[in-house]
Order: sequence, then structure tokens, then C-alpha cells
Amino acid sequence: MNKANENLREEIQLISGVNPRKCMRCGKCSATCPSYDEMEYHPHQFVYMVETGNIEPLLKSESMFKCLSCFACVDRCPREVEPAKLVEAIRLAAERRQGGDRLTPDDIPAFLDDETPQQLLVSALRKYKK
Amino acid sequence: MKLSYFPGCTLKNKAKDLDEYARRSALALGIELEEIEEWQCCGGVFTASRDEIATKLSSVRALAAAKKKDQPLVSVCSACHNVIRQTNYAMQNDEEFAFKVNNYMGEEEAYDGTAQVYHYLEMLRDLVGFDRIRERVVNPLTGKKIAAYYGCLLLRPAKVMAMDDPENPQIMEDLIRALGAEPVIYAYRNECCGGYVTLEDPELSRKKSNTVSDSAANNGAEMIVTACPLCRYNLVKNGSVLPVVYFTELLAEALGVKEVKA
Repeated sequence: MNKANENLREEIQLISGVNPRKCMRCGKCSATCPSYDEMEYHPHQFVYMVETGNIEPLLKSESMFKCLSCFACVDRCPREVEPAKLVEAIRLAAERRQGGDRLTPDDIPAFLDDETPQQLLVSALRKYKK
Repeated sequence: MKLSYFPGCTLKNKAKDLDEYARRSALALGIELEEIEEWQCCGGVFTASRDEIATKLSSVRALAAAKKKDQPLVSVCSACHNVIRQTNYAMQNDEEFAFKVNNYMGEEEAYDGTAQVYHYLEMLRDLVGFDRIRERVVNPLTGKKIAAYYGCLLLRPAKVMAMDDPENPQIMEDLIRALGAEPVIYAYRNECCGGYVTLEDPELSRKKSNTVSDSAANNGAEMIVTACPLCRYNLVKNGSVLPVVYFTELLAEALGVKEVKA
């Protein structure tokens, strides 16, 4: 693993507090993920790719934005790896880069309907903007 | 009994029913929900990263305010409860995080993570008791078949939320029974509605929400109850075959306080 990838892996582990080496590759996280069909990289791949330092493809993929933060993978992982926290850390690493915001308050009016709950707007801004 | 109350932004706006029926029902059960002063929006979702401090400060302030009054902190919205609970857990268990938070806040008395946090459902179960609620019911919802929809925020992460068994929860079913109705168990009651992703990928949330409402209908339910404004929005917007109401509305109806006496 080159130095840049090693640094990136360290950053992701620091942000998330997750140790991907605990994974025993059972695949339960991906099996239970409600966004599985929408993802290019699936939860078990996030874990493996962070472990091996192959993180740039994750940072460039849309997959992190398909995670619903439902924490099904966290609760159902038999090894307490907590894959959703890795996805969150990848998302933060991407959004903290210059120009990384996916959504700005100016984008919001286009999404509104009469029933849109405030909860949806604040949650989306928190997830898609640094 | 007086408890500190964190309503949250949605309950002051698009989910006024959830708030109003919660307060009225609590009063009927002998509990006054005292809104904490100058609360700020919880942010809707807990950022699961150890280096995010600012996004968690509103929860810490609410927790510290309740602690100061020596009252448990209650919220009704699933999202607020999830964020507050996870923040409190981090304050208790992550020393470095708690240090940074307290260092930033600069209050005379550092917050130590010891405020008691209840979701309204836990308040009903643990502080009031379902038996006592059963005694207070004046309009039993006899014969109604009701599907409780938990979604994800109330239950997970289970280690932190500690409300109920995340794979086989009972708390809302027990409440439904106490109100005289019949709970309907269905496979998708603890699966996600699509959450905030509905904003940029409505198709994903349509699939997730319809799976939930169809599953409830196929198991014989007449209506779905929830504690989460976003779950309700996603289910209704995506054409749920069943009506979706807040659990506090049913509670108020059964306790005879749904209509305000003129």
C-alpha cells in the first residue's frame, strides 16, 4: 500500500472509530442493506476496500449517498464492525474536500411540496453538505 | 410529574398533531411536559463520526438543561430522540469527545452525560405504565387492527437506543393493546422507509415505503401508526394503501382528549 492510501485509511479509521480487520466476510451487512440494489459498492465492499486501502474508488462513487443510515448493517453484524460508520466516514471525507458539498440551501426550494417535513430538509443538509 | 420536553423543529411545523396530542395525552395521564428553554434543532440525523462536535451541541445543551432541572428529557419525534440519545451515549462513553464538547461550551459545570433520556413511548411504558393507561382509556379502540411502524430511528443502534428488541420490538404493540385495539405483526415493521434519500432519489424511497405499507396491509392491518414525521411523509407520499397516523393521535382519541372542549 502506498503512503497516500495508508494516510487515507488512517483518516477513515480515525473518523469512524471502525476497525475493518474485525470483519469475517460473512456478507450479512450487504444481505440486509435496503439500498443494496442501488449501490455500485456494497457495505461489505466498503469494509474490505478500507481494509486494503483501496479508498479512492469509494470516494468517487455515488454509493455513499445511497446509504440510508438505517443502521441495519450495524446491528446485524456478528462482529460489531459497524459498516454504516465507515460509509459515513467516506462521505465526510468526500464532502470535506474543496467543492465537496452535494447539496446547498439554494437547492432546497426545488424539492419542496406542501407536506415536506423540516426533518427531511435538515437531515438531507446534514448528510449532503459539510 | 413534570418532565423536560424537547419538541423539535418538525413538531412545531408539519407535525403539529404529533406534538399537540402528545402534550394533551400526557396531561390526562398526570404528566406535564415542560418545554426546555431555547432548544435548537437536533439536526435530524446523528453524524456517526467521532470528530464531529458542532453538529451535536444542540443535543448536549438540551441534555444539560434537563439535568440542571433534575428532570428526565422526553422527546416524541423518532429523529430527535435518536440524535439526543446517541449524543448522550457519546458523552458518557467517549472521553475525548466529551472533553472537546465541554471545552468548547465553556460552561461552569461540565455536562457528564448523566441526564435521563426517554422517548415518549418509554415514558408511557416505564413512568406511567401500560396498565395505568388501560385504566384511563375512555374510548377503547375495540376491533381496530393496527400496524406499528418502528422504522429504524427508534430502535437502532440497539446498544445505544436500548428501547426494545430491535428485531422483535413490543413497545408499540403493547400500547396498541392497552388502548383496546389489536396489533398486527408484519415483516417490515423495523425496516427503513427510505429516509432522507427521498429528497434526491424518490424512486428508492417509493420502493422502500411501499414494501412497508403493502406488508402491513397484506397482514390485515387497517392503519399504520408511527412516531416519525419522515416515515409518515414517505409512506403517505408514496401512496400507502393504509392511513398513516401518529401514535399520539390514537392515544389522545382513546383517552378522550382528542377534541378540545370549547
